[in-house]
Amino acid sequence: MVKGNVASATQRPPLPQAGEPPSGDKGGGEGKDRATAPSVGVTIPIAELRASQPRFQGLTAGHRACLGCGEALAARLVTEAAGPDVAVANATGCLEVFTTPYPESSWRLPWLHSVFGNAGAIAAGMEAAYKQQGRTTKVIAMAGDGGTFDIGFQALSGMLERGHNVLFVCYDNEAYMNTGVQRSGSTPHAATTTTSPAGAARMGKRHMKKDIVNIIASHRIPYAATASVAYVSDLRRKVRHALEVEGPSFLHIHAPCPLGWGHEGSATIEVARLAVQTGLFPLLELERGELTAVMPIRKPRPVRDYLALQNRFRHLFGPDPRAQVELEHLQALADHNIEAYGLLGEGEDAQDSEGADTVQRGGVRWA
Amino acid sequence: MRLALEGSQALARAVALCRPQVVAAYPITPQTHIVENIAKLVADGRLDCDFVSVESEHSAASVALGAACAGSRAYTASSSQGILLMSEVLFDISGLRVPVVMTCANRAVSGPLSIWNDHQDAMALRDSGWIQLYCADNQEAIDTTVQAFRIAESLELPVMVCVDGFALTHTLEGLTLPSQEQVDAFLPAYAFSRGLDSSQPISIGTLVSPDHFTEVRASHHNALLEALVEIPAVDALWQQMSGRGCGGLVEVRGDPEARVGILTLGSVLGTLEDAMDEYPDAPRARLIKLRAFRPFPVEALRQACAGLEALIVFERAFSPGGGGIVAAEVQAALYGHAMPRVLSYAAGLGGRDIGLDAYPRLMQALEAGGEGFRFFDLKPDALPEGGF
Ligand SMILES: Cc1ncc(C[n+]2csc(CCOP(=O)(O)OP(=O)(O)O)c2C)c(N)n1
Ligand code: SF4
Ligand SMILES: [Mg+2]
Repeated sequence: MVKGNVASATQRPPLPQAGEPPSGDKGGGEGKDRATAPSVGVTIPIAELRASQPRFQGLTAGHRACLGCGEALAARLVTEAAGPDVAVANATGCLEVFTTPYPESSWRLPWLHSVFGNAGAIAAGMEAAYKQQGRTTKVIAMAGDGGTFDIGFQALSGMLERGHNVLFVCYDNEAYMNTGVQRSGSTPHAATTTTSPAGAARMGKRHMKKDIVNIIASHRIPYAATASVAYVSDLRRKVRHALEVEGPSFLHIHAPCPLGWGHEGSATIEVARLAVQTGLFPLLELERGELTAVMPIRKPRPVRDYLALQNRFRHLFGPDPRAQVELEHLQALADHNIEAYGLLGEGEDAQDSEGADTVQRGGVRWA
Repeated sequence: MRLALEGSQALARAVALCRPQVVAAYPITPQTHIVENIAKLVADGRLDCDFVSVESEHSAASVALGAACAGSRAYTASSSQGILLMSEVLFDISGLRVPVVMTCANRAVSGPLSIWNDHQDAMALRDSGWIQLYCADNQEAIDTTVQAFRIAESLELPVMVCVDGFALTHTLEGLTLPSQEQVDAFLPAYAFSRGLDSSQPISIGTLVSPDHFTEVRASHHNALLEALVEIPAVDALWQQMSGRGCGGLVEVRGDPEARVGILTLGSVLGTLEDAMDEYPDAPRARLIKLRAFRPFPVEALRQACAGLEALIVFERAFSPGGGGIVAAEVQAALYGHAMPRVLSYAAGLGGRDIGLDAYPRLMQALEAGGEGFRFFDLKPDALPEGGF
């Protein structure tokens, strides 16, 4: 029977496993994309060397994210850390759209997108199926902040409550970016979006950002954590830990959006790092609802340093007297986090964990 | 095996015989007994499946979708508000061509609130791209459920088995359950050609631009047209193996030679059959059972209606501001093919009883002439002053 065209994009062939010799043309091709592997004396195309390197890439290049997209970077880091025996359930949003322009796909993992609000539930169904089949494949649900904090919240909460062995990753760019930057339950107080604009009667979003990680942790799941694209090895470690845990886990990743936040694509990491260093986005780990670890910030930066880089907060730097008040509000939020989570740490930190993995181009340590 | 079973209990047993690996469900009257019975079969160790008690019907459909894509046979059931809450996901399941089977225990849709039977819920999903099969009695509901898995999996299309709420789901009667051996021989193990497998990764549910969307939709339509062949073929095979068929796409009962006909869906057929015995002096009618509403069996209908001078389409739903839903489609199908005069009735809305006397009343209405849409058994003075 002829099966119709059903909008599934077939993947590129599976990657050779680490250690396996790359297949295909091993002859003496020319050009600068060829490197010589001296030990065996054959010329191997760079692309194949990449494909055979031990670091698995679940999400490959060629997708259509904006330059400097924090979400694209975060998804690459998560899938790299997770490895190949993984299946992804993706909510509607930028990530889904920029990775799968049919008939192409950037995913080298089995990937299912259904609708905006059901990532938690399709992931639960996938996990139930794999469990019944006795398969080891780990299921990762991925959603933006809209697909996590708002429309996807119920399905997520149900999945956690039922104890499915699923890692739910939220890529938090603090607005509905895919539809053109509308406010979400995650948009920070005072930020402008197209549905929370600043004007004579408003200073941007009137409401607070939902404290999602604590709401999730209140489900008493084994592991919930926050992470940032600016702290790569911390993020990777958290992904691996979350996947080792038996039962539901949650990872909330701060992922700047140059388009929606109004900063240069080259500033994504700097912006993300400042969100952590100001105390506005604390890096936390919670087990069974209890705080078990925080990443200390030794020298907190003023929130102004973070806000000033982004157009969405530009109205806070104008002559309007309300701007000063809002800046104070935001500083107070950061101060509260620093206090509540003990972000300054105690005594000397022998391992200098803050910044341990922040390396600038050229290898110079970030001050 | 012949047993005295409640419709829902029988359906649960029929589902279990099909060995689903994941069942997702959420309670709603009149569907609830089905999933309660499945839960009990699982709890008693008589069905090895992951029973996922979700937090909403939206998630029930989503769990079924995820499970079916991940390579497991998946089932869910709902009614009314639950079907509508699922609707976003139901369109997705069919558009992605994923073989899920769902029982719709048909119920009216709010508001105002009614928990009783009509077909408005399934009719609202007419254009969702699901196969819809309507069951005339509980034996058909059992046999159609088994057939549904086979049809769904061979065509990679979801199937909605429509069973009248209360009238069927809550009625205790003598029913024949197939044996496990029969079902195992009839239903091959679940194998989804586009399963999510980490050793052969594919992407399902991608973003499709205008360059391909029309073609994707056309292929879905064509698959549903293929079901016009598959549904009767599967029914015939099941008849061969079990001794019971369900009438394929369209079944003619009553007096096949009669020049007047009544076309209906679901359990009202039995009422009309009994009424023909009860009122031997009333004119004889051809009773036409529309089993497959989607795909719409145009050819089979033309044959079933051939030679009719007048036809009543007697359906438990309507399109407000429009009229009969099935009636309009039947008229379109018969257009240019010796068109009978068509009377379109919305009947049994929100559980209003359709008694045996419906039959002579319909025959009288036919004799009185006229055509077009009307409500059956409408009592204009029934509402208190000021409305409901
Ligand atoms: C039910 C439903 N409502 C609205 C939309 C439109 N929509 C698609 S993506 C999106 C926003 C996604 O925001 P988020 O989850 O934060 O992901 P991002 O694009 O920011 O990564 C919206 C509103 C939809 N697809 N489905
Ligand atoms: S709009 Fe933002 S989140 Fe979306 S692709 Fe562009 S940078 Fe990434
Ligand atoms: Mg977002």
